[in-house]
Amino acid sequence: MAGQTAVAASHPPAYGTRKRTGLVAHLKTHKIKYLMLAPFILLFFVFYIVPVASSIVLSFTYYNMLQPPRWIGLANYRLLFLEDDIFLIALKNTLAFAVVTGPLSYFLSFFFAWIINSLRFSNLFALAFYAPSITSTVALTVVWTYIFSGDRYGLINKFLIDFGLIDRPILWLSNPDYMLYVVMFVSLWMSMGAGFLVFLAGLRNVPSDLYEAGAIDGIKNKFQQMWMITLPLMKPQLLFGAVMSIVASFAVFDIAVALTGMPSANYAAHTIVSHLYDYAFIRFELGYASAISVVLFLLTFTLGRISMRMFSSSDE
Amino acid sequence: MLAASKQIFKPIGRAAYVFHRRWIKGITLSKIFLYLFMIALVVFTAAPIIFVASTAFKPLDELFLYPPRFFVMKPTFKNFGDLLIATDSSLVPFTRYLFNSVFTTVAIVLFSVIVTSMGAFIISKYKLPGMAFIFAVVISALMFPAQVTSIPTYFVISNLAILNTYWALILPKLAVPYNLFLVKQFMDQIPDQTLEAAKVDGANEWTMFWKIVMPYVKPAWMTVVIFSFIGNWNDFSSPLIYTTSEAMKTLPLAMLGVSNGTVGRMGAAAAGAFVTVMPSIVLFIILQRQVMDTMAHSGIKS
Repeated sequence: MAGQTAVAASHPPAYGTRKRTGLVAHLKTHKIKYLMLAPFILLFFVFYIVPVASSIVLSFTYYNMLQPPRWIGLANYRLLFLEDDIFLIALKNTLAFAVVTGPLSYFLSFFFAWIINSLRFSNLFALAFYAPSITSTVALTVVWTYIFSGDRYGLINKFLIDFGLIDRPILWLSNPDYMLYVVMFVSLWMSMGAGFLVFLAGLRNVPSDLYEAGAIDGIKNKFQQMWMITLPLMKPQLLFGAVMSIVASFAVFDIAVALTGMPSANYAAHTIVSHLYDYAFIRFELGYASAISVVLFLLTFTLGRISMRMFSSSDE
Repeated sequence: MLAASKQIFKPIGRAAYVFHRRWIKGITLSKIFLYLFMIALVVFTAAPIIFVASTAFKPLDELFLYPPRFFVMKPTFKNFGDLLIATDSSLVPFTRYLFNSVFTTVAIVLFSVIVTSMGAFIISKYKLPGMAFIFAVVISALMFPAQVTSIPTYFVISNLAILNTYWALILPKLAVPYNLFLVKQFMDQIPDQTLEAAKVDGANEWTMFWKIVMPYVKPAWMTVVIFSFIGNWNDFSSPLIYTTSEAMKTLPLAMLGVSNGTVGRMGAAAAGAFVTVMPSIVLFIILQRQVMDTMAHSGIKS
């Protein structure tokens, strides 16, 4: 078998029949390999590539699931950005998540991984920190709705009233002024886990003799050590965490719906994914919904590429 | 007498010395503050989960106590019975949701580990034509939020005529780019000589995969086990979208129904939350060491 491969490789098949036999021989030689790869490629193609491609095509059509799709060019996009005020609210809210929750959860999870790594019982601390992100959003909604309950039995209202800071309960989950902040807070609490684990493992992976060498070379304090030794070595993990937190902050949906309902009052906690869900599965305007999903994909993809550029180093 | 007292006191002295060395020496005021701060923070992150656990065992009078208490005083299993009754009056019993969740989760975990590891093995170890391109596509697929593809996936599923079946819940979750990437990074570290030696001994790729590769990357696929377990156990959008009949719904959806119900179901809701949350935590505790091993290799090498 190995001999056959070598022959096929050293004599590149020229034209016609020889090319054909070359291909057949290649497939025969590598039959098991292709068979083992096939399930993943097949499933990946059917459930990732086909959906993305058809989403892009549908975004240029009007399609309501009853009549066949009708080509309307860029009309969906024009409607989306120029006339759909609710989409602009959703975009604004989602960007707020991307700008505030994303980086905040990224830095906090790095910071706490750094601290926990130097503590005793770090495994125990790690578990407690990771716990929120392995629990189901919906199950924990029970707890959050109790904590942020709008009557005086709600935990936060009770404390604020007891300490005399407010005299009537605040409607945390139905008042448009507070809703977005509550959802941000809860999603921050839930999202720290995955990045945190990657960073913790990355920190453990840095060889300790590098720190000793650094001390000899005149690195004085912990922050200098972090900046000059730890961070450069952790670039792969930092990039991974950045991509994950970008994707997560653009995809906020089920926390918002579970806490504030769908749609939320005044659309104050409406995100792009809520908007997508609304048009796709409630109104069945699938062409329009596809345009929303293409915009969302372009946003994530661009930010993902930017962070890949930022973390990929030319000096390595 | 002296010898006897020496025998008693020497180990004690030694233990005290070791205790001092290990636990007391090096403790400074700033370290104590750091620990106190971290413990406070951990209490904060873990509190809602502890609250779920404690509420699940609260009797009725404690559930509506004012001011509410954090910990349970007289634990009872009554809420779990209530949960069964509360969902009994709905269209399908609670055990059906539980079965759906367990069945789809086990199937996804089992098959995604096999499918992903086989693909990762070939992509990592054999330079077949187009492999680099496939891997680049998989990397960019990491950046798709799952919701982006939810509408077209719905069409794919409906065209395959598997809407409202277990296939619709299982098949789309088997080839996850994130998992392939994780496993591949680990397989890159298997020395080529090991595989060459096996080949000389007459093993083909299939036997090599099961006899050498899978034992070698055990931490990697253990991680896939955890991620696909958590991802599916907690998933609430795909059963909502791809199934319509109540008999196909899973636990998170059933929980939504219970917690949206009347106030009298507070105890049942807490019991349901407990049932939903605990399996992930137990699994994570069991597999944590393997996860930590794997995550160190998961950075994107650019």
